[in-house]
Amino acid sequence: MSPLLRVAGIEKRYGARIGCADVSFDLYPGEVMGIVGESGSGKSTLLNCLAGHLAPDAGQVIFDTWRMGPVDTVTMSEPERRMLSRTDWAFVHQHARDGLRMSVSAGGNIGERLMAVGDRHYGRIRAAALDWLDRVEIDGARIDDRPSAFSGGMQQRLQIARNLVTGPRLVFMDEPTGGLDVSVQARLLDLLRGLVRRMGLSAIIVTHDLAVVRLLADRLMVMKDGRVVESGLTDQVLDDPQHGYTQLLVSSVLQV
Amino acid sequence: MIDIRDVSKSFTLHNQGGAVIRVMEGASLHVAPGECVALTGASGAGKSTLMRVIYGNYLAASGSVLVGGLDVARAEPREILRLRREVLGYVSQFLRVVPRVPTVEVVAEPLLALGVDPEAARARAEALLRRLNIPERLWPLSPTTFSGGEQQRVNIARGFAHAYPALLLDEPTASLDAENRAVVLELIAEAKARGAAIVGIFHDVEARARVCDRVVDVSGFTPGVAA
Ligand SMILES: Nc1ncnc2c1ncn2[C@@H]1O[C@H](COP(=O)(O)OP(=O)(O)O)[C@@H](O)[C@H]1O
Ligand SMILES: Nc1ncnc2c1ncn2[C@@H]1O[C@H](COP(=O)(O)OP(=O)(O)O)[C@@H](O)[C@H]1O
Ligand SMILES: [Mg+2]
Ligand SMILES: [Mg+2]
Repeated sequence: MSPLLRVAGIEKRYGARIGCADVSFDLYPGEVMGIVGESGSGKSTLLNCLAGHLAPDAGQVIFDTWRMGPVDTVTMSEPERRMLSRTDWAFVHQHARDGLRMSVSAGGNIGERLMAVGDRHYGRIRAAALDWLDRVEIDGARIDDRPSAFSGGMQQRLQIARNLVTGPRLVFMDEPTGGLDVSVQARLLDLLRGLVRRMGLSAIIVTHDLAVVRLLADRLMVMKDGRVVESGLTDQVLDDPQHGYTQLLVSSVLQV
Repeated sequence: MIDIRDVSKSFTLHNQGGAVIRVMEGASLHVAPGECVALTGASGAGKSTLMRVIYGNYLAASGSVLVGGLDVARAEPREILRLRREVLGYVSQFLRVVPRVPTVEVVAEPLLALGVDPEAARARAEALLRRLNIPERLWPLSPTTFSGGEQQRVNIARGFAHAYPALLLDEPTASLDAENRAVVLELIAEAKARGAAIVGIFHDVEARARVCDRVVDVSGFTPGVAA
């Protein structure tokens, strides 16, 4: 099996300040990787470089595309990258409003993504929207409601439906449960776990919450000051952390 | 099946002045298919630590930890995850589950992860829960609110759902009554009979004598103590 994503030497600076530096890893099909670290450690910068939202100053992000095989997404053209982000990738934002169109109905939010990849059949699009509302545990009767009428947890589930309806292979998530109540988080995590398993998705999940990675991630990368200080199997990194910073991170939470 | 050679393990506490706790040195262990080896030694001697090293949960500082031919001390995360899915089962002392997931699914999960048909996985899970005397009315509920003994039985059911070629059992009979203890010993005997290599920690001397072929005292691996 060859990697879905090969990341080599990614670096991003904001002027003199380091956003992230020296990041390399391979991600295989079906793997879920968590990225943890305190606020400002470079997690979002890295994720945005990987997802093509930010241009890194150095490094390669080689993605194994459906159509062309492995391609460096850093150097590909903008239209190609935009297409890839619709067909092969998904990006789940922390704030659902950044990933949803708030003035469009729930069904429209899901259907729009299918239309963006060329589907024009109204009946089929509506059926897919209903199916996905059901999968993310939103009552189909709400299909014509706007997301502004939804709770935070429902908005986040709708964002996930919008992102996954096109059958991506790689999902980027930035603090997907941040800002939600604990009980709502648990439901969302359970849902995400099921979807990742059933669809065989690969995912990269950025979070500062160790309980989230314990539940969702196969592997973990720990970041500090823009650099990876430790990586490995999730439960091994959390139960037997080798780096002082990871030990501090693990010992500052009650129980994960 | 399990072949551990010259393994050492220490913990460096970077935030406590860099104190190094040496827990294990020169640990070697060989477990053949169909064999059950008991780890013994006083509390804190390193029984659970050795088990966690075999599972890849703790990182060995040196030595090799071969399970089904894979050196867990050096393998990539995805290789270890695959080993855990297919080859190496582990019944830890405490059940850790995703909130909200019903007991029957918790037990069926190792089979679903292997791609077993959901109906068949569920049937196997139900059979194990029934055998371990978990009342049927509890099956649709999350085990998070169960008693200690019930959680342990759910954990055991999950550990025996798939016919792992190698199994690690950390005090599987600790909080069980005589009837359920007998069921667990039967499950262990059946696993041995189909060729599983088992490493177990049993406080209960009688249980240990019933299912284990050999005893390895981990005190012999404590640094600074002559074996
Ligand atoms: N647009 C920006 N301009 C300048 N500095 C930035 C910008 N975005 C992030 N940074 C800086 O880069 C570092 C990493 O930030 P970020 O990737 O957002 O971390 P995290 O997601 O881990 O909280 C921080 O020092 C942050 O202040
Ligand atoms: N994650 C850890 N960090 C630091 N020390 C640990 C850790 N896990 C185990 N130990 C230490 O290793 C020693 C052996 O513990 P353990 O394997 O649990 O013993 P046993 O199972 O034989 O009672 C103890 O001194 C324990 O404190
Ligand atoms: Mg961030
Ligand atoms: Mg122990």
